[in-house]
Amino acid sequence: MKFGIVVFPGSNCDRDMQDALQNDLNKEVIMLWHKDEDLSMFTTDDYIVLPGGFSFGDYLRCGAIARFSPMMQSVIAFANKGGKVLGVCNGFQVLCESGLLPGTLLPNGNQQFVCKNVYIKNDSLPKALKIPIAHGDGRYYADDKVLNELEANNQIIFRYTDEFGNLDLSANPNGAIRNIAGICNKERTVFGMMPHPERATTPNLGNLDGVEVFRLFGMN
Amino acid sequence: MTYNVQIKVMPLKDLLDPQGKAVMGGLKNLGISTIEDVRIGKHITLQIEADSADAAKAIADDACKKLLANPVMEFYEIEMIN
Amino acid sequence: MEITVKAAEALRLTAEEFELIKQKLGRTPNFTELCTFSAMWSEHCSYKNSIKWLKTLPRDGGRMLVAAGEENAGLMDMGNGFGVVFKIESHNHPSAIEPFQGAATGVGGIQRDIFTMGARPIASLNSLRFGNLKDQKTQRLLAGVVHGIGHYGNCFGVPTVGGEVYFEDCYHTNPLVNAMSVGIVKIGKTISATAEGLGNPVFFVGSATGKDGIGGASFASANITEESTEELPAVQVGDPFQEKKLLEACLEVIETGAVVGMQDMGAAGIICSTAEMSAKGGVGMRIDLDKVPTRQKNMKAWELLLSESQERMLIVVEKGKEAAVLAVFDKWDLPCSEIGEVTNDGLLNFYMHGELEASVPAYELVLGGGAPQYTREYSEPAYFEKIKAFDMNAIADVTDLKAVTEQIIQIPNIASKRWVYVQYDSMVGAANTSTNAPSDAAIVMAKGTGKALAMTVDCNSKYVFANPYVGGMIAVAEAARNIVCSGAEPIGVTNCLNFGNPYNPEVYYQFVKAVTGMGDACRKFNTPVTGGNVSFYNQHPEGAVYPTPTIGMVGIMDDFSTRMTLDYKQAGDQILLIGAQQNDIASSEYLHKLKGVEYSPAPYFELEEEFAVQHFVAAIIREKHIQSAHDISEGGLIVTLIEKGFNQNLGFDVAATTNLRTDAYWLGESQSRVVVTCSPQEVAAIQQKAADANIPLTVLGTVTTGNIALNGADWGNISSWKEKYDTAIEKIIAGA
Repeated sequence: MKFGIVVFPGSNCDRDMQDALQNDLNKEVIMLWHKDEDLSMFTTDDYIVLPGGFSFGDYLRCGAIARFSPMMQSVIAFANKGGKVLGVCNGFQVLCESGLLPGTLLPNGNQQFVCKNVYIKNDSLPKALKIPIAHGDGRYYADDKVLNELEANNQIIFRYTDEFGNLDLSANPNGAIRNIAGICNKERTVFGMMPHPERATTPNLGNLDGVEVFRLFGMN
Repeated sequence: MTYNVQIKVMPLKDLLDPQGKAVMGGLKNLGISTIEDVRIGKHITLQIEADSADAAKAIADDACKKLLANPVMEFYEIEMIN
Repeated sequence: MEITVKAAEALRLTAEEFELIKQKLGRTPNFTELCTFSAMWSEHCSYKNSIKWLKTLPRDGGRMLVAAGEENAGLMDMGNGFGVVFKIESHNHPSAIEPFQGAATGVGGIQRDIFTMGARPIASLNSLRFGNLKDQKTQRLLAGVVHGIGHYGNCFGVPTVGGEVYFEDCYHTNPLVNAMSVGIVKIGKTISATAEGLGNPVFFVGSATGKDGIGGASFASANITEESTEELPAVQVGDPFQEKKLLEACLEVIETGAVVGMQDMGAAGIICSTAEMSAKGGVGMRIDLDKVPTRQKNMKAWELLLSESQERMLIVVEKGKEAAVLAVFDKWDLPCSEIGEVTNDGLLNFYMHGELEASVPAYELVLGGGAPQYTREYSEPAYFEKIKAFDMNAIADVTDLKAVTEQIIQIPNIASKRWVYVQYDSMVGAANTSTNAPSDAAIVMAKGTGKALAMTVDCNSKYVFANPYVGGMIAVAEAARNIVCSGAEPIGVTNCLNFGNPYNPEVYYQFVKAVTGMGDACRKFNTPVTGGNVSFYNQHPEGAVYPTPTIGMVGIMDDFSTRMTLDYKQAGDQILLIGAQQNDIASSEYLHKLKGVEYSPAPYFELEEEFAVQHFVAAIIREKHIQSAHDISEGGLIVTLIEKGFNQNLGFDVAATTNLRTDAYWLGESQSRVVVTCSPQEVAAIQQKAADANIPLTVLGTVTTGNIALNGADWGNISSWKEKYDTAIEKIIAGA
């Protein structure tokens, strides 16, 4: 399994993702420039990762300009073929803007950027995972129809919880609807999440819960 | 009566607008290349209870000065809808 | 237009300086030339009122690879073939006018100083000072500044790993915003801010130039015959996205091997960068101002030269290698124009529409060249009388220590700055180890170097106000103590000297004494001053700000296993106080904020004693005797004990028998004290070592599972203290 990480101008977690995948998870990583288009070295067993950051400054709407990059056209085609795609933070925003995932990410409820450790969980996990967030626009929103579909198809891959795994409004750092921290498409090939697993894979940082997140995506 | 007031808040003419600049780059990348400048501001609507249009406009003006616009960075225009 | 001394004075040059300019040029300057001298001989660019004293600081030796002031930032040897580049700078006045953009562009400016040397920034810190937090204006300034720092730093992608925020009335009109950045460079890959090589092309890269931040009113009034001056924007707008692209492109362009020299454009924009690079290389430049990309039409030569538009770089390229350079900037969609070439006559010749607009010798413009250097008169401030009159015995001792402590931990200067720091991305880069394991200094992995760096910014300006010499020493000592308590070795200092009007002898006294104190302490700790900046005129009609020489210090950690954290690790560990207790409440938060006494001496401090304590703490960390270390600072011993419990929700049971005043023992801020914890079986060994080294050591008590007990009294659970500490600032802002 190979990994391609797309670098947009303004991406700033691309290197962190590369470090995590290459050094902590021992994966082969290829960096992809947004102006290029070639994904021929990847098969549908491989992963394309859209990293965090502020692609194109996050001006207008987060991810709105990046979505039109030449490389994104290839990524969309790759995903439509069944290739696996993960978007983290800004990458999640790009996936929503490009229509690969439903819904959108709105400015945080308190209108402030927030960076801290949060806890996320899903039913397959025995306990909540501690993963950092860092975003100004992380409030997931979709209409009820979409949300009910996401729930019915088990597409909500992470929700914000307290440290004991309880769904709790006070544990929701940005006002995301139904405490949603991450979702996937119906085919379970395209994943998006606001928290940053790549910031929790190194022993010296005192948190390895990110490795668990990558495991859930079948990445290790 | 209630007056509908629309307020346009824009970055000062001579100030750099990084957002506008980046959006213009995005438009160029999409092949829409004849746009010479993009500047991005805010559109605010207010409903004001006042005795007259002039009074409503004065209230809107006060609101702009005190909060809605930052005079160091932005200018504003007030438009009375009714 | 006839240029007279009046015009010079309107541009804030003195009559003597005007004469000097005429003498150096051998003629009367034209308006554009006068503008270049005005900008370059300003306090900001020439350090004319401070440089003589700055030269008394230790400015070389140790691990320094370039002498102070030689380059855009300090460069020190980390070992393993890597260097650490760091600098702190102020953006006080712009932040007072427009807090969001002022702070944002401050962060942007300091990052450019780092990557213009070829280093990749890996961490940012900041030191902020405001008036009373209960005041609406302060809250607005605080919100704007924090938002601005976050906006720029978060987007740029460098973690904000540390800082300090103080609230004192003296900063009400003049908030201080000091930003520091730390970067890493491979030795041999550094780029100098120099111009060399006759005929080498000069490139202008980055944002187009607008009439941003041009000396404002003084230029307008001196040049009333010129048009459009009233439209000069007072503020500069930062574009972190542009800067992020500039960072990546500049580091990439260095790899081409085509770069001769590079400098960012900060204060005084084009004139400053062309002058400094030319003077350094002993060359001149011919510049076609028509080729500078502009954002506004019809800009005058002096406007182009002085504009402080952000996110711009000047690069001298080896002739014949232009294509490689252009390719990199094209890849990053950054405008890049060849605007001139290097000449060998030492003159800066600026042309516009084919006309020579200005011709000035680069050397005469710059610090270390023709720029004047002054020392100012100074005299002991009158308020010292009030300090000398302080009598501790007139202050009643505390009776209810618990109630006072509850107040103390909620004073904004002491309470958690959580409301501030959650708005900064502190973890991008995946290298900040302090998020999950806090230390007195932030510890950041320097990826690829095999080492970690410890970094901190410190200055208790109240101490400096009370005694500029001692306060200056304490600022350095506290920074070093924080580094040592984190298990690292302090290696160097960058400073940001924020003072009032230097023409006021009492202000200048504060400046001289503070610099002297800093110098003495830096020599003692072997931490040379690698650079920094001076911000004068932080003054309003009622007076100056507290003298605030902010110290940014970097330490090196060769072996991450020596990393030390500040928090209690497990119940049952023993709590030890290293250093002597004093009968001293001077300049404490308790005395100032709760007792309302502003004038008292600096707290107890002896440089030799401080050095011995730090040496001892470093040894017991290195020898792995202890589990945690946290120094005593604002709020005294009791606050240190409580803060150590927060991270893991552990409490403490301590008791003290003492002849000292209760307030002095628990709330006093005498220096050179560290609280450490260790397993019970280590106590004897540490006591023996302390006795051998003649270091005072007190066993205070035991770490508990969460309950706090002091001299047998139940103080409740740590969680309720944490709640008060964490939410104090948020409650004030919410108006609760």
